[in-house]
Amino acid sequence: MSDVETLVKKFQKELSAGTVAFLLLAQLAKAQEPLYGYQIAKQLEAAGEGVLAGKQSALYPVLRNLDGAGLLQSEVEPSVAGPPRRYYRITDFGREVFSAWRATWQNTQSLVNTVLEGAPQ
Amino acid sequence: MNAYTPKTIAQYLDMLKDALKGADAALVQDALYDAEEYLRSELAANPAVSEAELLAQIAGSYGDPEEVADIYRNTEVTVQKALAAPKKAVPSSPVKGFFAVAVDPHTYGALFYMLLSLATGIFYFTWVSAGLSMSLGLMILIIGIPFFILFMASVYAISLVEGRLVETLLGERMPRRPLYQAKDRTWIDRVKGLFTDARTWLSLMYMVLMLPLGTIYFTLSVTLLALSVGFVVGPVLWWLEKAGWVAFHGQFQFGTGSFDPVLAAPFMFVGGIVLLFASLHVIRFIGRWHGRFAKHLLVPSGSE
Repeated sequence: MSDVETLVKKFQKELSAGTVAFLLLAQLAKAQEPLYGYQIAKQLEAAGEGVLAGKQSALYPVLRNLDGAGLLQSEVEPSVAGPPRRYYRITDFGREVFSAWRATWQNTQSLVNTVLEGAPQ
Repeated sequence: MNAYTPKTIAQYLDMLKDALKGADAALVQDALYDAEEYLRSELAANPAVSEAELLAQIAGSYGDPEEVADIYRNTEVTVQKALAAPKKAVPSSPVKGFFAVAVDPHTYGALFYMLLSLATGIFYFTWVSAGLSMSLGLMILIIGIPFFILFMASVYAISLVEGRLVETLLGERMPRRPLYQAKDRTWIDRVKGLFTDARTWLSLMYMVLMLPLGTIYFTLSVTLLALSVGFVVGPVLWWLEKAGWVAFHGQFQFGTGSFDPVLAAPFMFVGGIVLLFASLHVIRFIGRWHGRFAKHLLVPSGSE
């Protein structure tokens, strides 16, 4: 692996660490019904080869922590495919946090865009 | 990449377990559970693909066992830090610290746990002694072993429930998912595993010990609270009666012989308040200690 590639990987990893909780919250804010881990992972995968194209296993601990912090609530239901699944839905507190994060994200985005403007390709 | 790719989901989970060696036992159990959910869902979603083929592709999407282990170790730490509520300011003076125990939710969790432990302790003890003696008695018949397996399944289920109770009330991180059991082992292997697994005997020991512990916890918390509340309320009632605000039918005796109520009442009142808060400290301490004790006996250590 070349140096550039290694550094790109590292950059992706850092970006994904910062955005994964935000993306999960967005996904669940949009959802009409409770989702379980695998579904959320597949939906994010379908959304595009972004920073999250990395490893979907990273989503589970984040989901559990969001649950623990009261941003999501969850319940377990049995499934035929394997172990019982944990279904997540967003809480009112989660929606509140999400809109606050969204504002932060939009600020960051416009900051990055402003700085990038005029930088040579 | 890995030296070899797993061929079955069970192998994958074993490799993940190996890769997580030394991590928090509760984290290992959760990681295995999540991986199994993902892999089995993936397998169910792609019925045309064989298990081995599917697992070869998994390295790209879910991650190979070593990567997954790294992710769990790191994410759990960073996200926990980022999402945890800011730590409460440490009380500035020891006096404040002494009284702050009354606003700590863990105190009341521990108190509730101690009151509840009388009931759960009796139930666990009865369950274990009935289950074990029946298994032993039935050993000479053919149904002894299946009976023991059923009994142990119930013990594992109760351990998980007790773990949830301990985590909610005492704040000690306990597994949130049942322990992963290899599904393709033979019948004999599983029975052997049941007998040789230290967790079997430790869980049983915990459940037996809960009877004396529960009795002690219940007695201690009720005695301490009743005593301190009595100390606080006694003088107050006496003052109120003296002021003519309340009247008691029958006799309200406060102080006998050399005990002078006028002098003693303020001391009793203050002493009662101090004792009340000291009791809350004792309760919170026991709660913390019991949480650690439960984790020791009910959760297999990460190295196993």
